[in-house]
Amino acid sequence: MAIKLKELAGIEERLTSGHRLCAGCAESIIIRQIVNAIEEPIVIATATGCTEIATSVYPWSSWRVPWIHSAFENAATTAAGAEAMYRSLVRQGKIEDKNIKFLAIGGDGATYDIGLQWISGVFERGHKVIYICLNNEAYMNTGIQRSSATPLGAHTTTSPAGEVIPGKTQWRKPLTKIMAAHDIPYVAQASPHRWRDLMEKAQKAVEADGPAFLNVISPCPRGWRHDSSLSIEVAKMAVETCYWPLYEVRNGSEWTLNYKPKEKLPVTEWLKMQGRFRHLFTPQFEYVIEELQAKVDEEWDKLLALCGEK
Amino acid sequence: MAKSTVMALDGAKAVANAMRQINPDVVAAYPITPQTEIVQNFSQFVADGLVDTEFIPVESEHAAMSACIGASAAGGRVMTATASAGLALMWEVVYVAASMRLPIVMSVVNRALSAPLNIHCDHSDSMGARDAGWIQIYAETAQEAYDNTLQAIRIAEHPDLRVPVMSMQDGFITGHGVERVEILDDEEVKKFIGTYQPQHSLLDVDHPATYGAWDFYDFYFEHKRQQTDALSKAMPIIVQVGEEYGKLTGRRYGIFDPYEMDDAEVAIVVLSSTAGTARTVIKALRQKGIKIGLIKPRVFRPFPAQELTEALKNVKVVAVLDRSIAFGAMGGAGPLFLELCAALYAYGDGRGPQVVDYIFGLGGRDVLPAYIERAAQDILHIAETGERGDLVRYLGLRE
Repeated sequence: MAIKLKELAGIEERLTSGHRLCAGCAESIIIRQIVNAIEEPIVIATATGCTEIATSVYPWSSWRVPWIHSAFENAATTAAGAEAMYRSLVRQGKIEDKNIKFLAIGGDGATYDIGLQWISGVFERGHKVIYICLNNEAYMNTGIQRSSATPLGAHTTTSPAGEVIPGKTQWRKPLTKIMAAHDIPYVAQASPHRWRDLMEKAQKAVEADGPAFLNVISPCPRGWRHDSSLSIEVAKMAVETCYWPLYEVRNGSEWTLNYKPKEKLPVTEWLKMQGRFRHLFTPQFEYVIEELQAKVDEEWDKLLALCGEK
Repeated sequence: MAKSTVMALDGAKAVANAMRQINPDVVAAYPITPQTEIVQNFSQFVADGLVDTEFIPVESEHAAMSACIGASAAGGRVMTATASAGLALMWEVVYVAASMRLPIVMSVVNRALSAPLNIHCDHSDSMGARDAGWIQIYAETAQEAYDNTLQAIRIAEHPDLRVPVMSMQDGFITGHGVERVEILDDEEVKKFIGTYQPQHSLLDVDHPATYGAWDFYDFYFEHKRQQTDALSKAMPIIVQVGEEYGKLTGRRYGIFDPYEMDDAEVAIVVLSSTAGTARTVIKALRQKGIKIGLIKPRVFRPFPAQELTEALKNVKVVAVLDRSIAFGAMGGAGPLFLELCAALYAYGDGRGPQVVDYIFGLGGRDVLPAYIERAAQDILHIAETGERGDLVRYLGLRE
C-alpha cells in the first residue's frame, strides 16, 4: 500500500489522543505511525511500561483496538497466545477469518532485558506476531534506570555519572542483530523522523510470512534531557551520526541499508543535544566520547559490509 | 449411567485423556517432572490428529501461563499443566490469570520445591499458590484426577465465576501409579462440558476491549473485592457440578469426603493420596471398636471453613496431616492446619475439637500406615487425657 499523507490525515486513529504520555515522548508518535500504516484488524499486547500505563488508566482506554497488558516480560507470548487461539478457532470454523494481525509492544527494558527469552521463544515457534520495541534506551517508566540498550557513557539513575565513573561503562546489546539471528522473515531498525520508512516497515512486517521485529529509536525528553520540542530532531541526529542506522534484514541473511547519510556526522553532534551525556564533555571523561565514536564506527562498518555497501 | 471404558492408567495419563476429550482450543505447556507425562501424551494426541488443539510448546512455565492468558483472553478454552518449580516460576502470571478472570484449567502434579532439589511429592508447590485467586481441587486417585479435570472446566467457565481452576494430584504416587480408571465416552464428555461462551474476546475486533488496564488506588480495591466475591460464590457451583457429574457417572463429588464420621470421637483430616492410606488404618481401628473417622477435603480454595467446622463439631480431637510447611507460621504448621484452626475459631461454638498438626511426606517421604496409626493413637490419648502436648509433630522423620 502506498502511503499518502493526504489519506493519512483522514484516517481513524487507533490510538486516540488524551493518553498520558509526556509532551515530546516519541512512543505515541511511533505507535500511531505503525498502527495507522496497517489496514488489517489488529490485536495488541503491551508490556508494562510508559505506553502501557499512559494509555490504559482505568476506567479509560486510549485504544480503539483490542488490547491487553499482562506483565512486563511477556507481551510477545501474550500476543502469541492470542494468535494461537485465533488460528485454532479459525481452523476449527468457530470464528470467521478476518485476517487479524497481532502486535506486541514493549520498551527496551521489556525487550532487551527482562523479556528477551519470551520474544526468542515466540520467534523460534514462528508465531505470526510483530514485536515492536520502543527503544528509549533506559527504564524510563520507573525513573531512568540503565538497561542493556543504554549506550556507553549515558547518565541514568543506576549508571550515574559521578566523580570517578562516567555514566554507563558498557556499550549496548546488539539486539536487532540478535533478533535477525533468529532467521525470522523480517527485522528492521527505524526512526520516527523518517515516518514513511517506518510505516513501510510496519507494512512489510505485516506482510511477512512469520514473526517480525521492529526496533524503533524513541527519544525521551525526561530521560535524555532534551527539550520536548526536539524529539524528532534528536532521532534524526541519531541516524545522521550512524549511531542508529536504518536497515532491514530478511530471513536473517538479506541485509538492506535503508539510509546512508551524505556526510556521516560525528557522534558528538548527537551527544551534545542531550543532557544525559553532558558530563562527557569534560577533560576527565572525554575519552568516553572517543570510545563511543569508535564503537559507532565499528558497528557502521560491519553493517555496511553486511548490507553490501562496501 | 453414561457409557465408559475401564482402563489401566496412571494419574498423568488419565489427565492427558481428560484433556484429549475436553479438546481445548489452546494448550500451552512446558515439561517438568512429574507432570511431563501429561504434556507428552497430549502432544501425541495432537500429533495423531485426535484433538483440534493449537498446542504451544513454550520455552518456560512463565511463558506457558503467559500464552494461556493471551489465548484465554482471545475467547477460547485453554488448559495447561505444571508442577513444583514450574508453578513457582509462573507465580506472577498465576495471579494475572485469576485477576483477569480467565477460566484457565491447570493440572498440577504436586512436587516439592527446591532447595535441595527433589522431584517427589509434597504440596509445597500448590500450597504456595493458595492465595493466588484460583480454585484448588485435590484428587486422591487417578480416577479423581480424571473426574476433577472434567469438572474443573465446568466450574471455571461458569458464568457466575469465570475463575481459573487448579486440579491437583500427588506426584509419582498418583501421577505415575497405574490404577483402574473409568474413562467416559468422548461424546459424554463433550455433552457434559458443553461449549464455552466468552463474555469478551480480544478477537472481537468490532467491539474492542481493553484487558489488564492500569488501576490506581481509586479502583484497584473495588476490583479485588469483586474477585474475592466471585470465589465466595464458588462452593455451591462446585457442589452442583459434582452432583451433575455424579448422576452421569455414579461418582458423586462434593466439598470433602467424610469416612466413618457419624459417631467419630477423633478424626484425621488429610488431602490427596494419603487419604487412601488413612482410610485403611481407620478401617482397621474401627474393627477394634475405636471411634475414629476421616475427612478428605477435596476443595481447598475456596476453603470450606463452615462446612468443615460443622463436620467436626462433635469430634474431640483432630489430627491434621499436612504435606507442606507454612514456614514461620504458628508452630511451623502446615497450611491445612492453619486454615482449619482459623475456621474452628471463627465458626465454631467454642466447644470444638482440639487440633494437632502432623507434617508428613515431604519430598516424597513414604507414608506408612504405622505413621498414621501413631497419629491416631496420639489423638485418642489426647481425647482421653485432655492433654494436647505439641501443636505440630512430624511423621516418618528421623530426629
